[in-house]
Amino acid sequence: MNATRPGTMKLALGPLLYYWPRETVLAFYRDCARWPVDTVYLGETVCSRRRELKLADWIAIGEDLARAGKEVVLSTSELIESDADLRTMHSVAGNGAFRVEANDMAAVRALAGKGTFVAGPFLNVYNAGTLALLAELGATRWVAPVELSRDGIAAVVADGPPGIETEVFAYGRLPLAVSARCFTARYNNLTKDHCEFRCIEHPDGLALDTQDDQHFLVLNGVQTQSASVHSLVAELGEARAAGTDVLRLSPQSQHTGEVVALFSEAASGALAPHEAAARLAPLMPAAACDGYWHGKPGIVSVGASPAPK
Amino acid sequence: MDQAVAPPAQAVRRMKLVCPAGTPPALKIAVDNGADDVYLGFKDETNARNFAGLNFDDKSLREGIDYAHRHGSQVLVALNTYPQPSTWRKWQAAVDRAADLGVDAIIVADAGLLAYAAKTHPGLRLHLSVQGSATSHEAINFYHERFGIKRAVLPRVLSVEQAEKAIPRTPVEIEVFGFGSLSIMVEGRCALSSYATGESPNTHGGCSPAKAIRWQQSPRGLESRLGGVLIDRFGEQDHPGYPTLCRGRFVVNGDTYYPFEEPTSLNTLELLPRLQAMGVAAIKIEGRQRSPVYVETVTRVWREALDDCAREPQRFRVKPAWQEALAGISEGHQCTLGAYHRPWK
Repeated sequence: MNATRPGTMKLALGPLLYYWPRETVLAFYRDCARWPVDTVYLGETVCSRRRELKLADWIAIGEDLARAGKEVVLSTSELIESDADLRTMHSVAGNGAFRVEANDMAAVRALAGKGTFVAGPFLNVYNAGTLALLAELGATRWVAPVELSRDGIAAVVADGPPGIETEVFAYGRLPLAVSARCFTARYNNLTKDHCEFRCIEHPDGLALDTQDDQHFLVLNGVQTQSASVHSLVAELGEARAAGTDVLRLSPQSQHTGEVVALFSEAASGALAPHEAAARLAPLMPAAACDGYWHGKPGIVSVGASPAPK
Repeated sequence: MDQAVAPPAQAVRRMKLVCPAGTPPALKIAVDNGADDVYLGFKDETNARNFAGLNFDDKSLREGIDYAHRHGSQVLVALNTYPQPSTWRKWQAAVDRAADLGVDAIIVADAGLLAYAAKTHPGLRLHLSVQGSATSHEAINFYHERFGIKRAVLPRVLSVEQAEKAIPRTPVEIEVFGFGSLSIMVEGRCALSSYATGESPNTHGGCSPAKAIRWQQSPRGLESRLGGVLIDRFGEQDHPGYPTLCRGRFVVNGDTYYPFEEPTSLNTLELLPRLQAMGVAAIKIEGRQRSPVYVETVTRVWREALDDCAREPQRFRVKPAWQEALAGISEGHQCTLGAYHRPWK
């Protein structure tokens, strides 16, 4: 695959995966209006107990961002368990103002045939057959599962329906797993129903190390993430060549605006891959990884090495 | 028989017992001990227990189907991983093979593969795998409306109350896990294994693959590593278990503990009358990777328990002998109600 100039890709800010105080969130998105992102995904996707912001608050944030020229998408929860979760999903799906990212098949069902939607990263789109089905139902963009490699993405794009946009998780701690159990509550010897909302104390997740001191994962309530920060900043030419239309950058508590600016420069071709990676490193909460992109364990860092022929 | 006689008003809703078979001997043992359904996979990554020495080729599957049918049992084939473009034809061929061999149903997770199966083999019964991550009746109904699935396996994350609410709101039969290894993460939504090893249930049909495991004696104890990552360290008093990533002992803020889950097994025997009353169609036993002795024990115990429960649900009691037998084959020799019991969460 020939690396091409990455110039034509759009940037998207993924949904905020952590639980931050209301004022912090509002300030974050006020700043975001000035960042060079094309699309902003909004909403609580991880835990239904997090209620610093209600749907109406997210819509208000979205309206401000839309006025600033951003495409706004509301994301549904990655795990729907209860009737209350279903009601929330339907409120998001039928919000009337913004396009919706569906993160489970109940949401796809709610959105099917009612305009266009984004097929989120938790829908398990691993092949063109599944993508064709979602496109038939109204999906106009899909977000690849984080563990799908460059070659896997390229193959889905090659065989997939024409015209659908491909979005790739390009920066951030990887959302690897979700559970009914809250691991942050468990760490605090609390049950999920009485969790005291402790994940608000960990704006980038709660670090989990191995017994020989390797930074391995972070606990983010019911979600488990990689400790390392997945970054494709040195691989944007390849990303474009694989068929990527949109790069997803995941919010972190510090330096998100600078990360966005750096990706914007790198995506325009103004920054060499190695230089972009070097300048990104001090803005990251942990070391970089990009193994999934190369078809290797996700934890591995291959870096800016050239693609195999 | 007199056709005019109506069935008794409180006709029992008998739950089916769905047992695992990793090998032909296990299939026979499951059938002989009263499994209603036996589920199994082909010898490749089209199923989520793709381990060396396990599973069925066409010949052994044909013989297995024949044996099961002669004894009144059904055979379900798990094709419950996610094909990628480079491997799509292999999965497609696996659906065709299963249909041609006359299996009673296939258990599928991938929506694209379900679409193919529904279109190509309209007579083939489809079950939605737990790896399909359908956690609500609305998600299950999506698969019903699109592909006509007849049964769905509920993820182990749902509590009894949640399952109870879902059942009357879907025409799809509901199968729940009764016994075996407990999945802590939502099935089909966990990439922890591929993060450490490059292979996950979704992509390669296995979690924490054996080839990525290394055991080594160190001055601080016996260490188990997965993809080089230290999963646990065992002293002389410990019982070293298989280093499944989410069963490991890790360190959070200086505390070394099991951040995800202790190595325990799910056991819902005591919930049987309630599961039966709420209309659960089938109880699934986990463990295609386990030995024929395991299959023999769980099938025998659960057959007896299900029969007792169907006969006299009000008087159903869990027999100590059952629990004793199951404890002997449980992972970590401990059992839990898992997410069925709300405080677990």
